[in-house]
Amino acid sequence: MKLQGRAHLFGDDISTDHIAPGRYYHLRSNLPEFAKHVLEDADPAFPSRVRPGDFVVAGSNFGLGSSREHAPTIMKMAGVSAVLAKSFARIFFRNAINIGMPAVVCDTEGISAGDQLELDLAAGRVRNLTQGTELDVVPLPAVMLRLLEDGGLVEHVKKHGRLAVGGEASD
Amino acid sequence: MPGKPSGLTLTERILSRAAGREVRAGELIEVPVDLILANDITGPVAFKEFGRLGGVPVADPDRVVLVADHFVPNKDIASAELAKSLREFAAAHGIDKCYDPGRGGIEHALLPEAGLVGPGQVIIGGDSHTCTYGALGAFATGVGSTDVAAAMATGLAWFKVPETLRVTLTGQTGPWVGAKDLALAVLARLGVERANYMAVEYDGESIAALSVEGRLTLCNLGIEMGAKNAIVAPDAKTVEYVAERARVNGRGAGATGVGTGAGAPTTGGLRADGLRADGLRADPDAVYAGSVAIDASTIEPMVALPHLPSNGRAAAKAGDVPIDQVVIGSCTNGRLEDLREAARVLRGRRVHPRVRCLIIPATQEVYLRAAREGLLEAFVEAGAAVSAPTCGPCLGGHMGVLASGERCVATTNRNFVGRMGHPSSEVYLAGPAVAAASAVAGRVADPREVVA
Repeated sequence: MKLQGRAHLFGDDISTDHIAPGRYYHLRSNLPEFAKHVLEDADPAFPSRVRPGDFVVAGSNFGLGSSREHAPTIMKMAGVSAVLAKSFARIFFRNAINIGMPAVVCDTEGISAGDQLELDLAAGRVRNLTQGTELDVVPLPAVMLRLLEDGGLVEHVKKHGRLAVGGEASD
Repeated sequence: MPGKPSGLTLTERILSRAAGREVRAGELIEVPVDLILANDITGPVAFKEFGRLGGVPVADPDRVVLVADHFVPNKDIASAELAKSLREFAAAHGIDKCYDPGRGGIEHALLPEAGLVGPGQVIIGGDSHTCTYGALGAFATGVGSTDVAAAMATGLAWFKVPETLRVTLTGQTGPWVGAKDLALAVLARLGVERANYMAVEYDGESIAALSVEGRLTLCNLGIEMGAKNAIVAPDAKTVEYVAERARVNGRGAGATGVGTGAGAPTTGGLRADGLRADGLRADPDAVYAGSVAIDASTIEPMVALPHLPSNGRAAAKAGDVPIDQVVIGSCTNGRLEDLREAARVLRGRRVHPRVRCLIIPATQEVYLRAAREGLLEAFVEAGAAVSAPTCGPCLGGHMGVLASGERCVATTNRNFVGRMGHPSSEVYLAGPAVAAASAVAGRVADPREVVA
C-alpha cells in the first residue's frame, strides 16, 4: 500500500475538538458539510487548502479527547490519505485504522509544510520526495495492517464473518 | 523457562478471565464483551456501519445499552432524528436497555446506578469516558462507532492487553478536597499522554477512603491522561454498591419511584451478590510499566487552566480570574455527592450577579434524590439554573454554550480550545466545591474563601 501526498503541519496535542468542533455537531448527519470545518480550530486555512491525497503531519499525542469517529471520518472525507505523528491518542488511532485511514508513528520533526511524501505501509517507510530523505515508521501491528488491507473493520468482518485477529504476538 | 512466571496486574487478571487463559501486556486478544454502550452521537454512526455488515443480527441484545444523552432533550431537528434512530434500532433488534429523557440520564452516571456494571466485566462504549466503570473493578474502555458495530455483530472485541501504570495515593485528604481534585492533581503530575495505551491502576489508602461515587469521578478522568482504562480493585464498598444497585433495580423502575429507565430487569451478566469481585486484585509480584506515589494530604482544591486538563494548580493560587459561567454536572461530577458538595457552598448564598450558574443532575434518580434532599431548592434560591440531565454544555452542544471571550468554571472533563463554545472562550476544570465557590465569588475561588 503506497500513498503520496503533500504535508500539512500541525503541532502537539491536537484534540478531537480541534478536528471536529462540537459547535458543528448540527452537521453530524451531514458529514460532507462537517468536513468543510475539519481541523479549522488548529489551522483555519486547512479546510480550503487540503487536496485529495494530502497528509496531516503532527507532533505528539494527535487526536486526544473524544471517541467521536467523526474526527478521522471527516479528515478522510476531506481528502486526507494518512496521518503521520510522533504519537497518537489511542482511540483516535484505533478509529482511524477501523475506518481505513492509515495513522503512522514516525519522527515528523524534519518534515516541512508542502513537502511531497510517499508512505509505504508494507515496507514501514516514509520517503520525503521534496527533501530526498527517508524516515522509518513504527510498524503497525499485524492486525491493523490486515484491517487496512481489508479496507477497515467493517469490510474485515464482512470478509471473515467475524473478527480474525487472535493469537498474534505484537507490540 | 525456569522459575515461576511473574504475577498479573488487575487489568491482566480481568482480561485473562475473559480470554480463558493467562494473558499479559502486549498480547493481542479477542474476548467476549459483557456490555456494549453507544449514545446519540456514536450510536447512529455505529448503526450505519452495522447495516453495512449485511443484515446480521445483534449477537446478544441484552448486552447492548443505548443512551440518548448528548443532545437531549432534543436540541434541534438533527438531534431529534439521531435520538429517534436509537429508539428505532432498539426496537428493530430487541434491545430493551434504551434510555430517553425522563427515564435515563448521562450514560456514565446512569449505567452504574442502573445496576448494569460490576467487577470483572469487560465493557466497551462508544464514548471516551467509558473508562469510568473501572471504579467498580471492570475493564472498561472507550472505542469508536465501528468497534461498537463489530462488537454488536460478533459479541467480541479485540484488544492489546495494556501495560499498567500504578498510581498510589496515600494520606488523608484535606477539607474540600474531593475525587476531582485528586484526579486533577494526578493529571498535573503525569500530563495528558503519560498513560497513553496503558491501564491506570489506582490504589492506596486515599483510594480506599473514597466512596464509590468518588472512584467513578477519578476513573472518569483516566482518558485525559491517555489511558486505555482506569481501575480500582473491588472492595467491600464496591460489593455493597453493586448489590444495592441490583436490589433497587431488580424491583423494576416503578416500584421505588427511583431507578432505571426502560422498565426492564437489569441483567447484563451481573450478579447481585458481587461474587465476580472475588480474587480480583493485582498479584504482589505483578509487573508494572511504572509506579507513581502521590501524597494526597498535600493536595489542595484544584483548578485546571485552559487548554489542557493537565494544567492544574491550587484554586487559591489561580490569581484573579473573573468568570461568566459555572457548570456543575456531567459524567464526571453530576452525581448526588457532587450536588451535596455544591449545596454545602451555595445554600444560603447568592450566585455572583455577573455569573450564570448551571446545575445539571446527571440522572433522573440523582434529580429526584436531590429534590427530596432540598438541594435543588437551595440551588434555585441561590440563583442557579437547574436543568434536566444532559451532557449538553460539556461538549459545547447546547444548554450553556459560551460566547467569544467568555470564561467558565466547569466540573466537566475537558478544557480544550473551543470545547464549550467559541474558540476564544475558556474552560477551567474543577470539582463541585471550587465551582460553587467560584459561582459565588464571580472568579476562580477556593471554597475556604467563600465558606467561613
